Amino acid sequence: MTTAPTPVPTPAATDPSGGPGPSGTAHPHRTAPSGHRAAGRRRIPVSGSWLAVLPLLAFFLIAFGLPAVAIVSGAFTTSSGGDVPAGRFTTDNVRDSVQGAYWTALLSSVKLSALTALLGTVLGLPIAQAVVTSRFTALREAVLTASGVLANFGGLPLAFAFVATLGNAGEITKLFHLTDHGWSLYSFTGLTIVYLYFLVPLMVLTITPALDGLRTQWREAAANNRATALQYWRHVALPILLPSLLGGYVLLFGSAFAAYATAAAMVGATVPLISRSIADALSGNVLVGQGNLALALSLDMILVAVLVMAVYLPLQRRSARWLS
Amino acid sequence: MAQLISRLRLWRGLVLLLAGVYFLVPMGASVWFSVAAPDGGVDLAAYTGLLSAPGFTDSLVLTLELAGVTVAVLLLLLVPALIAVRLGSPRLRPVLEVVCTLPLVVPPVALTAGLIGVLRWGPDYLMDTPFFQTVVFVQDPKFPLVLVIAYVLMSLPLAYRALDAGLRAVDVRTLVEAARSCGASWPRAVVSVVLPNLRGALLNASFLTLALVLGEFTAASILGYQPFAVWIYTVGNSQAQMSVAVSVLSLLITWVLLLLLAAAGRERRGTLR
Repeated sequence: MTTAPTPVPTPAATDPSGGPGPSGTAHPHRTAPSGHRAAGRRRIPVSGSWLAVLPLLAFFLIAFGLPAVAIVSGAFTTSSGGDVPAGRFTTDNVRDSVQGAYWTALLSSVKLSALTALLGTVLGLPIAQAVVTSRFTALREAVLTASGVLANFGGLPLAFAFVATLGNAGEITKLFHLTDHGWSLYSFTGLTIVYLYFLVPLMVLTITPALDGLRTQWREAAANNRATALQYWRHVALPILLPSLLGGYVLLFGSAFAAYATAAAMVGATVPLISRSIADALSGNVLVGQGNLALALSLDMILVAVLVMAVYLPLQRRSARWLS
Repeated sequence: MAQLISRLRLWRGLVLLLAGVYFLVPMGASVWFSVAAPDGGVDLAAYTGLLSAPGFTDSLVLTLELAGVTVAVLLLLLVPALIAVRLGSPRLRPVLEVVCTLPLVVPPVALTAGLIGVLRWGPDYLMDTPFFQTVVFVQDPKFPLVLVIAYVLMSLPLAYRALDAGLRAVDVRTLVEAARSCGASWPRAVVSVVLPNLRGALLNASFLTLALVLGEFTAASILGYQPFAVWIYTVGNSQAQMSVAVSVLSLLITWVLLLLLAAAGRERRGTLR
């Protein structure tokens, strides 16, 4: 982060006119953004365009706003069915949600997400780099398509596929007698291996555009200055990629943190996870009068995600500076 | 130099090989698991029994319907907003960005909890108002609109990124200016000039949404509906082989879908040239 990137041509110097724009000819307005805007105002009146944004905003306010209000208000009020009348202000739910088994589940979720996201980032980068630098466009297309499918292959099918592969009666387990060596899919390690199955492709998808954005000229410039491949990566590529990598890490963390179905179908209760605790609380598997506990747990979960996001957004902007 | 290139190739090959093994073995093992008969032979009963399995068609149809409506709603909301921000309201851009990023910080489980919280208000506070009917309507078990709402929110960040990336590659303003100079009306400029240039991005966004809806389990299962993913779970409890067979199929279907979409995108691009 602190290493200043080696001087490289600023993206501003090479305007995105190289993209698949309609006319390759230089637009007179391109060079001066202010004149561009003025010309746009003069030639085409687009004053009512904000109206087109309204439906989205309205939908968002209702569909996202109401549940958000429900979570916050529910987390701080008493539930129906208890000794106290429902709807009173209380901090009991929130207090309970960060104690005992719930706290363990939250910590375990964070630990699992942090670890799998780290592994996913470290493993995804070389795969993406291998694909980006490959001569075969077919290979590139195939890997990216596969990544697109696999990154969305979370959930149940993934769990079942791994149960069939490495579960107690799984094919690989039987083939290598893994159970005798103490292997169990239904553990923290097992869950890590399963999560990587969709996190690594997600990383490949996320980091590929950034790797594409690394211009060959930068590498050539480094080579002309007698930099070795290692020095090029250390001083040029990684500093430029760092925001994208960290952004990818955060995305992976979020994915792993939010995952519910895979763990629910696979490990049951052997690895406590916050998402499962919420689902249990929602389906009424908690004491009477603690219905709002689920909302308090959700609030905890959102807070963790918000903290993580607070790191992500500035990074996103930083990486856009170099790799637009 | 030649040595360096061959070393790089070796390294690349090794990385891709290892990745290939990790990603293909579970698929192969699943296929084998789903067809292995107890006597060591091959038995396709898990696949042939699917169609007649109770609930299979119902849940699949429900999922496809949900997916279709979700994609339609999502594109209708997002595409005009994104184009408008590019053309005339750049100041709304940060707002849009926040709106499309916020759902990322709310995990599906938490979103579902919030939705349940809202739906509980129905009987509590809205009994005598017209809103009560709305609350009942969105929970219609035949077509739970509440799931569409959840799915649109969940896919908002994905679709936004896909569409935004597509718009970045196209100079919308120049395109529209050109179309307008040639006498095209506003709707025509957008529909027949901007949208065709966004075909790839639109397909991309639709596919991501489709894949998300097809596999979504959390919200549907907690809210108590039975689209495909929830049905697989129910089956998995009793028939392990069949659940694995469905997993294999769902992966294949997603794959085919993506290839078709990619092919469609390429074809159109070809004819445009």
